[in-house]
Amino acid sequence: MEGGLTVQNMASEQREIERLFPDLHPPLARQAAVIEADRCLNCFDAPCTGACPTHIDVPRFIKKIASGNLRGAALSLLDANVLAGSCSRVCPVAVLCEGACVMHRHHQRPIEIARLQRHAMDSFHASGGTLPSKSMEERTGRIACVGAGPASLAAAAELRQRGFQVTVFEKRPLPGGLNTYGIAEYKLRATDSLSEIEWIAELGVEFRYGVDIEGDIGVEGNGAVSLADLERDFDFVFVGVGLGAMHRLGVPGGDHPGVVDALQFIEDYKLGAITAVRGRVVVVGAGNTAIDAANAARRLGASEVRIVYRRTEECMSAFDFEYEHAKQEGVQFQWWTQLVAVHASETAVEWVECMTTKTDSQGRLTVVEGSNFRIPCELVIPALGQSPLLELLAKLRDVQVENGRVVVDRETGQTSNRRYFAGGDCVNGGREVVDAVADGKRAGMAIAKLLEVAYVA
Amino acid sequence: MLRSAPNLAVNFAGIQSPNPFWLASAPPTNSGEQVMRAFDAGWGGAVWKTIGEPVTNVSSRYSSIDGKGQRMMGFSNIELISDRPLEVNLREIAEVKRRFPMHAVIVSLMVESKREAWHRIVQQAEDAGADGLELNFGCPHGMNERGMGSAVGQVPEYTEMITAWVKEKARTPVIVKLTPNISDIRVIARAAKRGGADALAAINTISSITSIDLDTFIPRPNVGGRSSHGGYCGPAVKPIALNMVEQVMSDRESTLPISGIGGVAEWRDAAEFMLLGAGTVQVCTAAMHYGYRIVEDMIDGLTNWMSEKGFSSIEEFRGRSLAKVTEWKHLDLNYKVVARIDEAKCIGCGLCYTACWDGAHQCIHLDRVTGPVDGPVEMHAKPATIEEASRRSLTVTPIAKLDPPAARDHGPFATPLARIPRVDETECVGCNLCSLVCPVEECITMIEVDTGLKPETWDERSRATVEGSTC
Repeated sequence: MEGGLTVQNMASEQREIERLFPDLHPPLARQAAVIEADRCLNCFDAPCTGACPTHIDVPRFIKKIASGNLRGAALSLLDANVLAGSCSRVCPVAVLCEGACVMHRHHQRPIEIARLQRHAMDSFHASGGTLPSKSMEERTGRIACVGAGPASLAAAAELRQRGFQVTVFEKRPLPGGLNTYGIAEYKLRATDSLSEIEWIAELGVEFRYGVDIEGDIGVEGNGAVSLADLERDFDFVFVGVGLGAMHRLGVPGGDHPGVVDALQFIEDYKLGAITAVRGRVVVVGAGNTAIDAANAARRLGASEVRIVYRRTEECMSAFDFEYEHAKQEGVQFQWWTQLVAVHASETAVEWVECMTTKTDSQGRLTVVEGSNFRIPCELVIPALGQSPLLELLAKLRDVQVENGRVVVDRETGQTSNRRYFAGGDCVNGGREVVDAVADGKRAGMAIAKLLEVAYVA
Repeated sequence: MLRSAPNLAVNFAGIQSPNPFWLASAPPTNSGEQVMRAFDAGWGGAVWKTIGEPVTNVSSRYSSIDGKGQRMMGFSNIELISDRPLEVNLREIAEVKRRFPMHAVIVSLMVESKREAWHRIVQQAEDAGADGLELNFGCPHGMNERGMGSAVGQVPEYTEMITAWVKEKARTPVIVKLTPNISDIRVIARAAKRGGADALAAINTISSITSIDLDTFIPRPNVGGRSSHGGYCGPAVKPIALNMVEQVMSDRESTLPISGIGGVAEWRDAAEFMLLGAGTVQVCTAAMHYGYRIVEDMIDGLTNWMSEKGFSSIEEFRGRSLAKVTEWKHLDLNYKVVARIDEAKCIGCGLCYTACWDGAHQCIHLDRVTGPVDGPVEMHAKPATIEEASRRSLTVTPIAKLDPPAARDHGPFATPLARIPRVDETECVGCNLCSLVCPVEECITMIEVDTGLKPETWDERSRATVEGSTC
């Protein structure tokens, strides 16, 4: 049973992972939530709301918490963002809502918006709340969502809530995309991601797993489904396929089994396939995923975790708060370092060979000749970003793709083929869950509008 | 030359007290042991919890309402007068006076409306050593149903009569404690004065229902599934108390030394009551909330403020604000202030904007970028228009490797110029609302502007009109 994880059958491995990865931001107790909610100034045209890609009306839900209207708080959150629960855990709020909080300029801590949001959502679900419908009427319009990541989920929920018939096709055995497989466990547990998706399924969205659109064969014998099949059976197709595999470490020895890319590594420990890491680890790259992998390696028991990066901290793409977190976890950073080879015995990685880098007078990065040195390690984790699914995107009929990204009208997510909409990482090149949700929601609303016009006509 | 420290000692209608801070007649003055600890903590006086025929109390007795972030902003009780035997109270009063001869021990009294009963209790309290007597004509719960407390204090004739009975017997100063549960407190104050009272105390608690449990539908405090009307006090009632103290103190037929009561929680509150004429203040809720220790800062804070202002005694500033309260008709119609927003302090919360649009006169605008900063601008976007524009805006998470570093033109202040509201001073009526909702100290100030007009009151204007019309 590959990655046989459901909410019900949590294995002992999962419990071990939960022990090692407790909540980074623990839930607020009820009274603490009210006190924090009371601190919110209730800004007009609030900057936090403006900073949220899904435009959650932050003061509105916070003041509902303050008034004891927790159900109303959750429903107003869900109205803006159907994945409000996971977003409350995974959003980089320091650069979004909480970063925009006027309290910064008031020389006070920003309101803990994310934890308040989690409080509202957890309470809602604990009290048996489910997603509301926006229409009592069943409608005949049919929409296929390709991929079951946040963008597709948001589009699917928006359309199903309005009564349309939605089928989500997912290549993997579980829905959620990176929300299930790729988020550091101390931020979002795979089980929490899956519960949230169950509520979308309860709306009546059909999920078909193990279906590889335009693939050779489907997983678990579900067979391959072609884009032509989708065009025949559905009125609109929403493409929320995300990005593809991570970039390979293109150096000698880079294909050794002791080299595991960051997303694979994160998925393995989240699903309980790995519960411990022994020895020393080198992580290559300094983005947010590199940090998630490095922190995980530390928590899983690695004696030393070193992030090697060709440039320095000013250039790293990880958010500042992630960098700070990694330092607190005991991750070491080695700047101006380029990995040039992985040296391994028959069975295991022994060391990586690195060279020092520098920038020349034009600011170009070069290696310093003869600067080669060794870093002994047993595991190498490249975190060099994901490549776009170019092959699949090229098969989308009349859909314009530029630089590996689907070109869309930003307000609607419509592509150059009017029956195709797209959103999430395959459009934006790889942003956050909340960006994918915003894309999916806008596309869902736009598709609904087109279908409603079709009805009237 | 160094000025000596201000002297807080007071002579209140003949009652000497080392400072003007008294504990009000309430649970904090229920027993000798408590009062002695209070005096040790620094209280200048204590009004002993009302003695009379002992009563039976109920459980529970208190309820409260919280402000945002502050417990017990308003406090309510349905506790009756002392439920301890009279002899025990009298014995303890005597003991306290023996041990604290310099402190003020005032005994609050309430008995049935019979002359002999009042004579007897006055005699007993004074024999025990009371420095003064306070007649509880204010209790609005329980005792009033038995013809006592506010049942007396709401009827001028009873108030005058019983005060007179007490004065027949009393050798110590008699303070009449007034109930606020009446349409004009001056009517009762005058009656008390006619009856010969030496002083007044105001206000007693306000008749109230604090809140209702939304699960059980039972109001609070819950006594076996039912509640009753409680006496409301605490910080929430201070403005009502100040108003009533001012009314009494500016009415010639009422004026007597007055002990200010109602929401006094810190030295500032005390100073305010004194500026309206109070010679002492009485405290209950704050002491019940935080304990006797709060008096330390009351004394310290008042002393420091007096030093700063150059006052050496309370008499030097007592009543100083009375002349600054007038009837509305005597206010200058040509005085004008307008709101000014300090852009450097503005945090961009927009509360002044929404308050002005929905609660005032639509003269604060969010048009700093699109319109000229000074002079008339007619860009008056309504709140809904601004909100709609925000809803339609597209936002993404800033990702360093995807987004070229944009040069963000914030304008000259920490808050983006577009979020700093502008006051249209030609339209501003100077109502203060924006400055009240602004969360930042001294960000919005009200600035006096010269109207070029001579001061004129409504009284003067309407008289001129009448005279004009008769000509």
